[in-house]
Amino acid sequence: MTDNSSTNGASNGAANGSDVLIDVRDVVKHFGSVIALNGVSMAVNRGQVLCLLGDNGAGKSTLIKTLAGVHKPTAGEFRVEGRAVDFNSPRDALDAGIATVYQDLAMIPLMSVTRNFFMGREPVKRLGPFRFINFDEADKTTREEMQKIGIDVRDPQQAVGTLSGGERQCVAIARAVYFGAKVLILDEPTSALGVAQTSMVLKYVDQVRNKGLGVIFITHNVRHAMAVGDRFTVLNRGKTLGNFARDEINMDELQNLMAGGKELQQLSASLGGTV
Amino acid sequence: MVDKTAQSGGEAAAEPPDTTPAQADERIREVSAMTKILRRPELGAIAGLILVTVFFLITANANMFTLAGIMNFMAPAAQLGILAIGAALLMVGGEFDLSVGSMVAFAGLVFGTCLVVLGIPLPGAIVITFIVAGAMGALNGQIVLRTGLPSFIVTLAFLFILRGMTLVGLKWATGGSTQLRGVKEAVEGSWLAGFFSGDALEGLFAWFASMGWVDTFKNGLPKVQGVPVEVIWFVIFAAVATWVLVRTRFGNWIFAAGGDANAARNSGVAVNRVKTILFILTACCAALVAILTVLDAGSTDARRGFQKEFEAIIAAVIGGCLLTGGYGSAIGAAIGAVIFGMVLIGLTYTTIDQDWYLVFLGGMLLTAVLFNNFIRKRATGER
Ligand SMILES: Nc1ncnc2c1ncn2[C@@H]1O[C@H](COP(=O)(O)OP(=O)(O)OP(=O)(O)O)[C@@H](O)[C@H]1O
Ligand SMILES: [Mg+2]
Repeated sequence: MTDNSSTNGASNGAANGSDVLIDVRDVVKHFGSVIALNGVSMAVNRGQVLCLLGDNGAGKSTLIKTLAGVHKPTAGEFRVEGRAVDFNSPRDALDAGIATVYQDLAMIPLMSVTRNFFMGREPVKRLGPFRFINFDEADKTTREEMQKIGIDVRDPQQAVGTLSGGERQCVAIARAVYFGAKVLILDEPTSALGVAQTSMVLKYVDQVRNKGLGVIFITHNVRHAMAVGDRFTVLNRGKTLGNFARDEINMDELQNLMAGGKELQQLSASLGGTV
Repeated sequence: MVDKTAQSGGEAAAEPPDTTPAQADERIREVSAMTKILRRPELGAIAGLILVTVFFLITANANMFTLAGIMNFMAPAAQLGILAIGAALLMVGGEFDLSVGSMVAFAGLVFGTCLVVLGIPLPGAIVITFIVAGAMGALNGQIVLRTGLPSFIVTLAFLFILRGMTLVGLKWATGGSTQLRGVKEAVEGSWLAGFFSGDALEGLFAWFASMGWVDTFKNGLPKVQGVPVEVIWFVIFAAVATWVLVRTRFGNWIFAAGGDANAARNSGVAVNRVKTILFILTACCAALVAILTVLDAGSTDARRGFQKEFEAIIAAVIGGCLLTGGYGSAIGAAIGAVIFGMVLIGLTYTTIDQDWYLVFLGGMLLTAVLFNNFIRKRATGER
């Protein structure tokens, strides 16, 4: 049944005219005296990957956490498919079709892969007045979904704590995709991954985009960003430094913008262009 | 090792040129039975139960394991078990309730006062007792959730507050005494009394006796007339709690809330609701035990439920609950409570000095914690 609702969501979305899925204008977020976001604007289109770049502490995670309903913005406008929204909890965001894979993974190590995969959205079977989790179906779905991204979970009842960091990331992504109807937000999904798993994730992001979803892809790695990004938004110290389409900018410019310019170029030169 | 067998099995089978789909299916193989067993949190409790049973089979008088002897230790085990299951669910949900023992006394006061002082009929008294206890549980929960203080401290405060309020309340209700009598008389003839006191399944046991399946007195009546009602409550509650924890959505949310409240929230789990319900449930368990024991004794006093919070938590830990939350078992806690009952009553069937009881329990707790820690690390691959 959960399956149905997500497919419905996708088809409804496709039938809808406008291409803009998420539109954020001048979002401000304060944590007490800390100004984490100070007027950020960006837009995510259907079937596009928006790369969100910025240095440590630029406010990327804070921005996506406000989109995901974890934080309430202090000020600013936030529209999903043209409608102004006001999320009170992550559940609201999930229900609006915004699925997020957090940097600090939303996985619980002591729980099984299946239990994690379906956490908060368990497939329920009814038997008279009783409702319980359909574990056969849940295990099967988990295994299948993981297989789609090339991870072979032989035993979905094994604890997530027994998986490698990369595998855990993939469970989180597979889960988000399985349930995330419209927008998938990935907060540094590749930062903990090896080369093979990174390219797998990037391929997977491409696959997701081709399905017509919007993706927000947060990364420090310009190379990864250029590999999949359609648009790039650079944040710096809580502000939007710029919005660029893919053909408007190249890797070096992006790199410099992210780091705030010259210093890195010099460093890069002195290190023989390896940064 | 299981991997290898699976693969070699595949090669031997047919070696199709295009193996991708076939392999994919084949990798869905049975997990070794051993891994599955080691993964059960109640494993330690079962091992402990076997150990204790063997110990008493050797040391105790044969009467301990007759039907009458079993009922003898199951009655206190059931009373503790009801508290322990509540405590276990709450612990899996990541919180403690140190006030359950005092809550038993407080609920006993409320129950006794309703019946004796206010003259409310039994059904009304039971409902009021559950409502008051549930409200206290909800208060505990709200304070914990809203302040972010550890439940350990908040409920420790309620351990004293409730005990003190019970003392004061008893003196008020009785005009100076710390014991409130006259409960038996007050519930005389109530149709509901049979559900909360005395024995159940008496007809069945009489039938057993007539068939000659159980020991009887000379007049043909069975020596054990039925199962104490608390045992029935305990068994039903253990079964329902286990099912809820392991098989339902709410159960998954309990694990999630205790495993990592933040991650659970981000995944759409209503963590605060889950925890509040668990606090209320724990308090209601205390209320149930209060009702059962007060009706049994015919009176209530200020020492009712004394130190039961520790025994309940110990039983939960023996049953496989982690103190850090997110892991544990309801049936395990039930077994832990049975171990308690066996040791408490079992020693009276032996020549061993009964004062070894506390030593025995402390040792059991320590062993259980070490054992659980070791097993969990192996089974969950915690690094
Ligand atoms: N809950 C919070 N309370 C107070 N300050 C916070 C909170 N969350 C974030 N901040 C502050 O907001 C700023 C932006 O943090 P954020 O996590 O969004 O950065 P980021 O761009 O994701 O960085 P990174 O690349 O390291 O993940 C930081 O200065 C951080 O200290
Ligand atoms: Mg971040």
